Amino acid sequence: MSERAVDVIAPRIATEAEVVLPPISAGLMRHLLRQPRFLIPAFGVFVACVMAAVPQLFAGLFGHGDPNACDLANSGLGPMPGHPFGFDIQGCDLYSNVIYGARASMSIGLLSTAAILVIAILLGSVAGYSGGIADSIIGRLMDIFFGFPALVGMIVFLETFNTHTALSVSLVLALFMWPAATRVMRGSVLATAHLDFVTASRSIGAGYLRILARHVIPNSIGPVAVLGSLSIGGVIAAEAALTFLGVGLRAPSISWGVQLNTAQQYFEIHPNLLIFPGLFLSLTILSFVLIGDTLRDALDPKLR
Amino acid sequence: MGRYVARRLLQLIPVVLGTTFIIYVAVYALPGDPIQALAGPHQVVAPAVAHALRARYHLDQPLLVQYVYYLTGLLHADFGVDFNGTSVIQIIIASWPITVTLALTAWAFEIIFGLSLGTVAAIRRGELADHTVLAGTTLIMGIPYFVLAYVAQILIGVKLGWFPVSGIEDGWPKSYLLPGFILALISLPSIARLTRASVLENLRADYVDTAIAKGLSYRRVILKHVLRNSLIPVTSLLAIDLGYLLGGTVLIEGIFNLPGLGFQIFTGIQQHDGPVVVGVSTLLVLVFLFVNLVVDLGYGVLDPRIRHV
Repeated sequence: MSERAVDVIAPRIATEAEVVLPPISAGLMRHLLRQPRFLIPAFGVFVACVMAAVPQLFAGLFGHGDPNACDLANSGLGPMPGHPFGFDIQGCDLYSNVIYGARASMSIGLLSTAAILVIAILLGSVAGYSGGIADSIIGRLMDIFFGFPALVGMIVFLETFNTHTALSVSLVLALFMWPAATRVMRGSVLATAHLDFVTASRSIGAGYLRILARHVIPNSIGPVAVLGSLSIGGVIAAEAALTFLGVGLRAPSISWGVQLNTAQQYFEIHPNLLIFPGLFLSLTILSFVLIGDTLRDALDPKLR
Repeated sequence: MGRYVARRLLQLIPVVLGTTFIIYVAVYALPGDPIQALAGPHQVVAPAVAHALRARYHLDQPLLVQYVYYLTGLLHADFGVDFNGTSVIQIIIASWPITVTLALTAWAFEIIFGLSLGTVAAIRRGELADHTVLAGTTLIMGIPYFVLAYVAQILIGVKLGWFPVSGIEDGWPKSYLLPGFILALISLPSIARLTRASVLENLRADYVDTAIAKGLSYRRVILKHVLRNSLIPVTSLLAIDLGYLLGGTVLIEGIFNLPGLGFQIFTGIQQHDGPVVVGVSTLLVLVFLFVNLVVDLGYGVLDPRIRHV
């Protein structure tokens, strides 16, 4: 690895999960389940998941559950009985649209986090366990993707894509977010690779793949799994920002980012277009951030 | 030090080649015919014209040869031509001062608020001030900053009228304070938290006990001894963050209508002006790499250990 300043201080900033090594045990779960600052955001995430899976459950609460039943006569009207959030600019019920918007955010969050984890586990374990040329190549590749500031790389990719589906947005997000997780996985594999049971299994003749798959990966996967669960909030925020810019999902997709994108022209006259999708988006991201904070505090013995 | 500088410069070469190649492939090698796109989707292009255009833009050459042409262009500050025929470098020259002003304003906010909030939280550990800073930073991390930008526009710009809602007519500082503050909020939580952690670590150090034992006032111990030592990791985070600030301007400049580099990307997307988006993004990536290089070299001066890894 290179000796960049960012490598030196990286463990102290965003990727603090790097110092997190103990696996998630039953005792830890009990500790977490007694803390309101874990339970409340966990409930928030649970609600968001249910909302994404079966939006019908919530959307019909006020009697108008169809997000696509629109009447231009109602365009931009404020809250009224039966329509607690009012109407969007197309005259659709804003409440049911905001409920249905959860699906896009959650599926992109989960999909690209899954992709990030798969890449990180594969490349991180190969880089950490093999060392040598493989490590150098993967390291340089990571440096290249670290060379893109914030959203700029994703904007270039999505701008040139013709398709703007949940899948393509997730893949682009994953493409630029795998290096941080891979670095954590590599560090964790480096620490595991020299443990006695790995040496023992090599000495009895186990092959490269067998050692990786049966011994090294299962024992070093903890930190990157924690980091993955923490990064869902970041992925959702990035997706909303890209969609808001106009390079992510596009109407007629229903998503919070699309709703906020529409709201930018009308928010001075119809602030409800901005407030409600923004509130749901923020609460979802906040839930993931809070869970991450609690998890990190619980896992880091220094802070306990 | 000379060898360290040389090594860092050598390491930069594959990264510059890699980032520009990725941008190049994304733009020029993806499905779609650029000549057809140039003419418009439903126009019939005469084969001879298409052939001539292809040769002119080197599109008849293999991908790698095209990439070398593109790279040579970059070395001559040729970032392409937008759909109106203006060269992108012209747009860049007109807009970079605004982006730099905005980024530096945000940076000043980060330094002032990040350091003071983090220090106060550490000194008052476990008290109300500490909890407030922790809760506040978590809240800021949870709200997407483009939503924050709109809320600030409505509340502070429209309702209270303290600052202009958009544009740069009022110049610095008036037009830049609100967007600069919102931009600063992106990294403010991590800077405040790192400062807090670093000050806490230093408060436990032996030299603090010594300083108190020899009768220095608490204020002097904090300001002269603890803070100075705590600033080492924070300084490097702040330095790296300057590069991210330049890249983070896309949304903020778009929302606040500041015609800087990020604004060009923002409007380029809306007008489907690919060359502007790609040209300005390429420049932002190169600037980001350059800032990181300067930070690393500076860090090598500050902390000699790093040169000998």
